[in-house]
Amino acid sequence: MSEIITTEPHHVRLPDGSIQKQTTTMNLGPTHPATHGVFQNIIELDGETIVSAISTVGYIHRAFEKLAERRPLYQITTLTDRLNYCSSPINNMGWHLTCEKLLGVQTPKRVDYLRVIIMELARISDHLICNSIVGVDTGAYTGFLYVMQYRELIYEIYEEVCGSRLTTNMGRIGGFERNFTNTAFEKLEKFLKEYPKVLKEFEALFERNRIFMDRCQGTGAITAERALNYGFTGPNLRAAGVDYDVRVSDPYSSYQDFDFTVPIGTTGDNYDRWLVRNQEMWQSLSIIEQAYKKVQAFKGADAEIYHADVPEYYLPMKADVYTKMEALIYHFKIVMGETEIPAGELYQAVEGGNGELGFYLISDGGRTPYRLHFRRPCFIYYQAYPELTKGAMISDAIVTMSSLNLIAGELDA
Amino acid sequence: MALTNEHIQTRLTEKFGEQLSGWEAQYGLLTFTVTSDLNLKVLQFLYDDNELKFNFLTAICAVHYPERKGEELAVVYHLHNMAERVRLRMKIFVPVEKPDVYTATKLYETANFMERETYDFFGVNFVGHPNLIRILNVDEMDYFPMRKEFPLEDQTRVDKDDEMFGRGGSYN
Repeated sequence: MSEIITTEPHHVRLPDGSIQKQTTTMNLGPTHPATHGVFQNIIELDGETIVSAISTVGYIHRAFEKLAERRPLYQITTLTDRLNYCSSPINNMGWHLTCEKLLGVQTPKRVDYLRVIIMELARISDHLICNSIVGVDTGAYTGFLYVMQYRELIYEIYEEVCGSRLTTNMGRIGGFERNFTNTAFEKLEKFLKEYPKVLKEFEALFERNRIFMDRCQGTGAITAERALNYGFTGPNLRAAGVDYDVRVSDPYSSYQDFDFTVPIGTTGDNYDRWLVRNQEMWQSLSIIEQAYKKVQAFKGADAEIYHADVPEYYLPMKADVYTKMEALIYHFKIVMGETEIPAGELYQAVEGGNGELGFYLISDGGRTPYRLHFRRPCFIYYQAYPELTKGAMISDAIVTMSSLNLIAGELDA
Repeated sequence: MALTNEHIQTRLTEKFGEQLSGWEAQYGLLTFTVTSDLNLKVLQFLYDDNELKFNFLTAICAVHYPERKGEELAVVYHLHNMAERVRLRMKIFVPVEKPDVYTATKLYETANFMERETYDFFGVNFVGHPNLIRILNVDEMDYFPMRKEFPLEDQTRVDKDDEMFGRGGSYN
């Protein structure tokens, strides 16, 4: 007859040197599929509840600020692509606006309106990704796959305008590299016609969905005071109830000509962030429609304007460089850094996909910036993540991370 | 009443007098320099003052000026009054041998990562920061890469045998 072994807990003898702690340390990321990017959080768990979290950032740091100190102004556009790559045209335009402010370039209205169209398309694609990913993390995959088809329409418009899709490098200092083709406008019309219906359906999948509401309401909440103290901007701040929008408070690219509202939330939780982004997509659609009408109103020679008349800063068409003397001279001057660049110090902000994207540029008159600092909204509000997730379940922390719209490229610069 | 640059300057000069200098407003953004030991007092005043209410910290970054002896590193604060839609830039200069600056983390949570980034790239020592360690670069790094004495690699160099990247070696 075998001996009965008792296994009462207090009889378990831990080996010498064991830690007597009751919590578990776990790595969330850096390459976990649920983190949608290279994010690492070392979290301390009590059961399934998060006690504390330490964020580690910098896994894809690419020294953009250092690189920018060697590049002439027009080559920095490609660096900005790789910040928030879900809405790279906004970054591109933000950088062009910074250069134009430094150089004193006045862009024509038509260029401003075309830029507004592109920037709002980028905003829609950014919010679309973010909101559908929140859906995926709460268990609703359908919405994500469905709207990807319509992001594709936006990417096709980019492709038609500048030739690339994700890292767009769109536009030049002073305007665009070429006029929008008729195909681009046809694609825009197609998008404007089809997208509202899709967005309505997408909204219907989530907005009053019991499961979605239960998962998102009350999780990852932040008050307006804390959000401001943490330097939140963009939809995350507006969800907490502060109606700050760079497009309104500091209009650039003729945003003052458009009629739109700034949606705000009240609780600053995941659900409000989702709702704010969703409403912003509707507002963006309306802005695009208004801008398209304004663009169509240009007739004759005015409809051919796609850049400011600043030959000393605007890179000429390659075909012209080969055939026209003047274009060749200016091309040479710009590329070789022979143009006069004023010394100065300036800050230009644009409303990026996930907050205030700022460029702090110091020029000493040389061909490259003396110093360029990117104010990257992700980097700044990511530090609130431990506070947002304290006391939450792991699964809620995942939803919080995606609803903050963190983009690793922007976080790590 | 709208908050004008002149008014901000008057208010600040009333309070701090000669300790503020270098007033300018390039591209309309009011900029001033304050002595390095006063940065927190000025930030706090700007935060609390009923009229000024600069209670949003947009960015902190540093700039290295190797030729300015004794004040090589500039720490630049961008502040924002959202209600009045006014921005403000505050600078402090510190010597590169002893780059000590008081931390703003007590006033702004957001200063935490910003100051860590500034430390990481320029070596500015934020006194009183709760966790002043490298943030974007590797922990083992023993220099501050954004300082001007570290130039980027010469792209035209040929001595590097780096065939994988098409430079030097048999591809030349």
